[in-house]
Amino acid sequence: MAHTVTRLTRFNMTSLALGLAFLYLPIVILVIYSFNASRLVTVWGGWSLRWYHEFFNDRAMLEAAWMSLSVAAVSATLATLLGTLAAVGLARGERFRGRALFSGMLYSPLVMPEVISGLSLLLLFVALNAERGFWTVTIAHTTLTMCFVTVVVQSRLSALDRSLEEAAMDLGCDPVRAFLMVTLPLIVPAIVAGWMLAFTLSLDDVVIASFTTGPGSATLPIRIYSEVRLGVKPEINAICTLVIALIAVIIVVASFASKLSSARGESAAPL
Amino acid sequence: MPLLRIEGVAKSFGNFRAVDKLSLDIRAGEFFALLGPSGCGKTTLLRMLAGFETPDEGRILLGGSDIAQVLPHERPVNMMFQNYALFPHLSVRDNIAFGLKRAGMARKDIATRVAEMVALVKLEGLEKRKPDQLSGGQRQRVALARSLARRPQVLLLDEPLAALDKKLRESTQGELMELQRRLGMTFIIVTHDQEEAMTMAGRIGVMDAGRLVQVATPRNLYEAPASRWIAEFVGDINLFNGQVTARDRGRLTVSTTEAGTLAVSELWPPVTKEAVSVAIRPEKVKLSRRAPASDAGASQPINRLEGVVIDVNYLGGITSYRVKLETGAVVRSSMANTARLDVDAYLAGQRVVAWFTADDCLVLEQ
Repeated sequence: MAHTVTRLTRFNMTSLALGLAFLYLPIVILVIYSFNASRLVTVWGGWSLRWYHEFFNDRAMLEAAWMSLSVAAVSATLATLLGTLAAVGLARGERFRGRALFSGMLYSPLVMPEVISGLSLLLLFVALNAERGFWTVTIAHTTLTMCFVTVVVQSRLSALDRSLEEAAMDLGCDPVRAFLMVTLPLIVPAIVAGWMLAFTLSLDDVVIASFTTGPGSATLPIRIYSEVRLGVKPEINAICTLVIALIAVIIVVASFASKLSSARGESAAPL
Repeated sequence: MPLLRIEGVAKSFGNFRAVDKLSLDIRAGEFFALLGPSGCGKTTLLRMLAGFETPDEGRILLGGSDIAQVLPHERPVNMMFQNYALFPHLSVRDNIAFGLKRAGMARKDIATRVAEMVALVKLEGLEKRKPDQLSGGQRQRVALARSLARRPQVLLLDEPLAALDKKLRESTQGELMELQRRLGMTFIIVTHDQEEAMTMAGRIGVMDAGRLVQVATPRNLYEAPASRWIAEFVGDINLFNGQVTARDRGRLTVSTTEAGTLAVSELWPPVTKEAVSVAIRPEKVKLSRRAPASDAGASQPINRLEGVVIDVNYLGGITSYRVKLETGAVVRSSMANTARLDVDAYLAGQRVVAWFTADDCLVLEQ
């Protein structure tokens, strides 16, 4: 097949390089400077792991990181569960009354300014007299990210041929079984993608988290944000590099997992 | 008692009446085709037999019991889908075994049955492939094997060959017929392709606007269509409108404006109206340079129409001609190319006589 691949022209190469540089140069610089030995962010003082060391001894920062990761994991899982159910309801359910309204309301967080979502959630939590902290942020992030999961899963569902489910029913599955045995295995990649999207959205959210979090339970982005206001410490670069590495690992693992699942689909089929 | 009895079944979608009080009996072991233009309700009827749609009224009796309200997974009926609907995440073997596992068959029996089905549709060696690693024809076979594996009482086929190219379609038609005979199973096929219906089915039900307009063998459908609409829908036909002017022992004289006076044999049941259409299939219209011999020697009257060839289409097996009469009407004629070198072929612009016997004509009410 190699001979059918179009050769890159000089123009294509240049534009590709420029595009990639635009996207990744800032990140590359950040990563390089995270290994800077100098205390000054903009002055290169040789290679060092000093700031990584500093971060792993920074209790407050570590707690914020742990808080962020657990909020992201829990809220992404909840959002995936609810978002998938909503997508199935919208794509497969009978045309119920108020369906258009439901789908419109479901998607409103996509376009709603985050400040408004955050403020309204804060007002709700205050009105409910809920103690603000881990769970309030998690709930807020779930409501924010659920619609993204729904969008991803619903588009996969509507691309899926309805007759597959009908064939399953024709061959002896009740509707629930048909969903579990045929539809679900086919939308798993979308569900995984939805989870990852929700996870990363939650991980980097500042606005909603800052409205809904309480004292002593700052997430990593909030912590970083408040540190940066006092002046950029090279430690921040180290933290950001770790976050980038984490996200890169998640993406690689997820793409391997989806490849693996499609390759051994035969043995993965439920008996 | 027929195997399948459809009794006054009706189904509407909103204001659209897809199937309109339709009744039909299908015998065990029959190869039945539902033929009709798109939107005539044939697929809706098939989906009601499969259980994907519920009739608004009427009964569907399978072996004497009403299954109209029975859910798809509880019916002893299987369907082969138009786009095959193979499960993309399962191998050929698991696709075929899918319905058997659901039926709670023992693992050993499933393996035997799958092997039997794979051999039946000649897919040996491909059991471990995924649907996307198969050609169109192979996918069609997997879909067939999967729908046959449960040994349904009735197999429903929704345009099963529509996605195949012409050559493959023709050979698959033969294989389907052979399979149906061998298994002695009842097949109901939905198609918009009349040639396909004629080739495969023992009986054809023609549908139009949610109703069955004729149920007949392929031959009767073609040679004795029940209405003008069917005559025009099934195959090509020449039609001349006219008035019956004389009736004599099953022979009618029809006076038409386009083709003059025609002698026509009457079918059973006889037409009751005076305004009729005379219909002749193109292959029954012969062309010759001179008018054929007088009626004296022939057992039946011959109709002769003089005109000029305006169009010659060579199609390999046959050549179809269009002949313009003096009245301006056009008669289509098709003649088999029985010789490789035909020095007598007609050319455009040539004066010819188009002729046909009274028995070759159909008389239909307008």
